[in-house]
This record gives sequence, structure tokens and C-alpha cells, in this order.
Amino acid sequence: MEDPTIGTFIAVFEEMFGGALFWGMVVLALLITAAYLYVLIRDRAVSWRKFLWAQLAMPIGAIAAVWFVLAITKSRLADIGGPIDLIIVLGIAALGAVGAAILVYTVQSLIKGKQTAE
Amino acid sequence: MTNQPDFDTRRRLLGLMAAGGAIAALPQGEPAAAQTTQTSARIVILGAGAAGTALANRLSNRLEGAEITIVDPRVRHLYQPGFTLIAAGLRPANYSVSTTAEWLPSGINWIEGSATSIDPEAQRVTTSTGDTLDYDYLVVATGLELHYEGIEGMSRDLIGQNGIGSVYAGPEEAEITWGLMDQFTDEGGAGLFTRPNTGMKCAGAPLKYTFLTDDYARRKGTRGQTEIIYCAHSGSLFGVPIVNEKVRMLYEDRGFETRYNRVMTAIDPSRKVATFSTENGGSEEIAFDFTNVIPPMRAPQVVRDSGLSWQTGASGEQGWIEVDQYTLRHARYDTVFAAGDVAGVPKGKTAASAKWQVPVVEDQLVAQIAGDTTDHIYNGYTSCPLITRVGRAMLIEFDYNNNLVPSFPGLIAPLEELWVSWLIKEIGLKATYNAMLRGRA
Repeated sequence: MEDPTIGTFIAVFEEMFGGALFWGMVVLALLITAAYLYVLIRDRAVSWRKFLWAQLAMPIGAIAAVWFVLAITKSRLADIGGPIDLIIVLGIAALGAVGAAILVYTVQSLIKGKQTAE
Repeated sequence: MTNQPDFDTRRRLLGLMAAGGAIAALPQGEPAAAQTTQTSARIVILGAGAAGTALANRLSNRLEGAEITIVDPRVRHLYQPGFTLIAAGLRPANYSVSTTAEWLPSGINWIEGSATSIDPEAQRVTTSTGDTLDYDYLVVATGLELHYEGIEGMSRDLIGQNGIGSVYAGPEEAEITWGLMDQFTDEGGAGLFTRPNTGMKCAGAPLKYTFLTDDYARRKGTRGQTEIIYCAHSGSLFGVPIVNEKVRMLYEDRGFETRYNRVMTAIDPSRKVATFSTENGGSEEIAFDFTNVIPPMRAPQVVRDSGLSWQTGASGEQGWIEVDQYTLRHARYDTVFAAGDVAGVPKGKTAASAKWQVPVVEDQLVAQIAGDTTDHIYNGYTSCPLITRVGRAMLIEFDYNNNLVPSFPGLIAPLEELWVSWLIKEIGLKATYNAMLRGRA
């Protein structure tokens, strides 16, 4: 009976960020993902030049994500105390990296449009 | 009826954690069930704290036609688990403050007064506003009373003077205590930490604050000139043996001086000396430069006078309500329930316990109204994210049997100092608490 449900987690997220900010972030994430899919379908190919820039953004996204979480939770890397902590830090870094890559790729594609001669 | 998230749920939860970054939450009570029961029952809830408010929201979702009245004079709602963070300088006082009104559901009666008498024979409550409330069902969720005068020479207005802090008194006092702790860890000296020998809110909080003071002294480089003395009320540091052993090891590691079987009986602010009773009936004086006074705790006067309390033993003296520890229904009056701090059960004076108790009271009460029974019971679940320094905590969860009941077995080790457990305390708890108040978690 005490099992958490998806609904419970949504309630917790809403309380954490406020309903407007939480759903705003969800919508933003969905929009960026949709824009990413749009440029992929529009171009019908991955632009490796844009992808290179996107890859270069990955370490920055990773570091920024970890820094953000440490800052809002008043923690330091020295607080990592066990394997689960390391996994979570790496997970946050991975999310930051992938998010940054998708964002940079999508923004380039939207701004520069389809580039054929690459 | 299960006490642990099942495997599928846990996998879902991990997926959510992965998707959402560093977020976790306490185990949940089920969201208010959609099925409603028709009734004209008059239900009175005494107290709009964590348990009373959550129950009001759940019952107003579950019951159609019920006349629900909640009695509480407090305009402010206080998120008490935040007090430690305030007293550690990590949050401002207003972090814990919201309004009672914003959490209460529409369609119920809120009497902004306190209960002045409870007559369980006549099923009647009177209030300071002059109202007389006849009830069919009563839920007592008044919380408890901080009995500062139980320590000779101590009173609330001493907090902030002569090195006397008290995290429990309220958000403003917690902030004042931070000022004292900050100054103490700048200068060094003798830090004195205690706990009372009564039932108390969050028995982990006295330990947390000792750890936090040590951490600040270390960060500031004054630990060398700082003495940390912890007076335990009994022969152990924590009621759950396996946790006690871990805390004992950590205390040793941090270089705390632990004195067992010491209960603060008096304090002399001008001399900065506290007097403790000792196990052989003697007394001992301990000098301090900074102390976190934790007063004896007991049920509010109106509860102690109501005849609802235990009639013998320490629970009787302190006035906790005599309920069945599993159903939370009164042992002598079957239309009375208790939830939260005032319930006379062996464990469970934490917000996390209230979170598990409230759905039990809800289901037991709704079943009773419907002429039915339920096997939904409270197993004593109590949770304490035991902070061991800024940035690390141990996510300790246990039940009546002193068993550890980790929410994330194999993932978050309960007896390890982990960053993830700190994250749960720092960002997950208040959100979960708020969702609980609304009856959504």
C-alpha cells in the first residue's frame, strides 16, 4: 500500500519546483527534443560538423550539471561517500552532456539551416 | 498490504531518478483513493500540523457528506524537519514557515482556537473560541508540548543568551541558535549536547546537531580548541541497537566525549553551567560555552486532562494517548484515533512516521464508518536522515521491531554516510512533506 506511484512523484516534483516551473521545464525539454527530431527529419542526415560542435559541448554540459546540483545542495565533490553517490554524479554528468549536445546541435541546425556541402 | 516498494515500483522509481537527476523521495503513503464513501459523520480533528492537515485533505477526498472540523489556533504552519537546516545556517527561518490556511481543503470547518476540553464519554470537545463540538469520530493530532520549565532555571526567553540555543523551539529560535553555533565554532570552547529522557520528536535531531557543530568547527579550523560533550539520557545513543552501534563508532571517530545516563535537570545561565542527574541518583555539573537545550516533551495539557492518555508508566506520566500501536485506534474509546507526535506508540514521532500513520487512520476510520474492517496497519515506520556533516547523511529507517527497513535496499546503504542521503534531506524531503500535507503522497 505504501508503494510510490508515478502520480506521487509528479506531486513531489511539483512541490519541489512549483507547478509552473516544473511543467515549464517538462514542456521545454519536450520542445527541444521535438526540435531535435525535426531537424534530423528535415535534413535527413546527421551533420557531422554540427555534431562535432555538439560533442565539444558535452564536457561543458557535464561539468555544468554537476556544478549546478552541488551548488543547490550545498555539497562538495568530497562528500561523495559510496558507489551510489558516484553513480549519481556520473548520471548527472551524463544527463548534462547529452542535454548540452542535443541543445547545441539543434540550435546550430535551426540557425544555420540545412547545410549540404559538408 | 506491503511495507516496502515492490520490485516493479523500485525499477520505475530508478527510471524516474535517472530521468530526473539527483532526486529521491521517502517511501510513500498511497495517494488518496478515488473511491468515496457516503456519510453524514461528524469528524473532529484536533491539530492542523503535519498529521492533522494531511488527514483533513485525505478524508475530505474520501468522504462525501461528512462534516469535518479541524481545530487549531496557529496561523502559521511550521515545517519542523527544516529546523536543523536553519540552525546550521543552511536555510533562513522562513524556510519552515507557511500558513495553515494554504494547506487546508475547502469544504471543511477550521476553528481558529485550541481545544479546551475533550470528553470522550460524551463525545464532545470545547474550544477556546467558545464552540462546543459534538463528534462521531475524533482524531487527536495536537502534537506535543515542549516543556522547557521541566529543566530548572530554563525558559524559552533564555534562548539566544549565554550560549543557550534550542533548535526545537521554532524557526526563529533555530536561526538564533545558528548565530550562537556560528560564533562558538569561530572561537572554540565547550559545546554541550543533550537529549531528554521523555518521548521526543525525531530522536536523531540531537545527534545531527552535534555532528553539524563538529563539522563547522573542523571547517573553520577551530576543532582543536573545541570540546564536544554529548550527554545521553540512557546507556545508548539511539534506540535502535544497530544504529546505536554505528553512531557510537562515529562519535568515537569524531572525538566526542560521550557521557551516558545523564539527564539535564537544571541550568544556570549566568554561570553557564548545566546540572545533570546521573545513574546512581547523584548529580553532575557540566560547564558549557554553547549548548543546544532539548526540553522534556509531553502531551498538551488538554490531552493529559482528557482521560485519553495511558494510565500507567512513562507514557502515562507524559500523557501520550493510549492507542493500539498498529491501528492507532484508542484502546478504550473506539471512535477516537491519534496520529503524529501525541500518539502513544513506541516509535514514530517524526514527519515520516506521520506520513505512514495518516493513511492508516484514514483507512481504519473510513472502514469503520462503512461498517467494515481493514488490515491496513502502522508498523512503526520511522525515518531519520541522520546528517553527519554538511553534505552527508545516513538514511535510517526502522520499525517497531528495531529492524532496518530501507526504502532502497542494495542501493542506499542505511548505515553509510552518503551524499545521496543528504540530497534526499536537502531537496527531496520538503517537497514530499508538502505533497503529504495535500494528501497526495
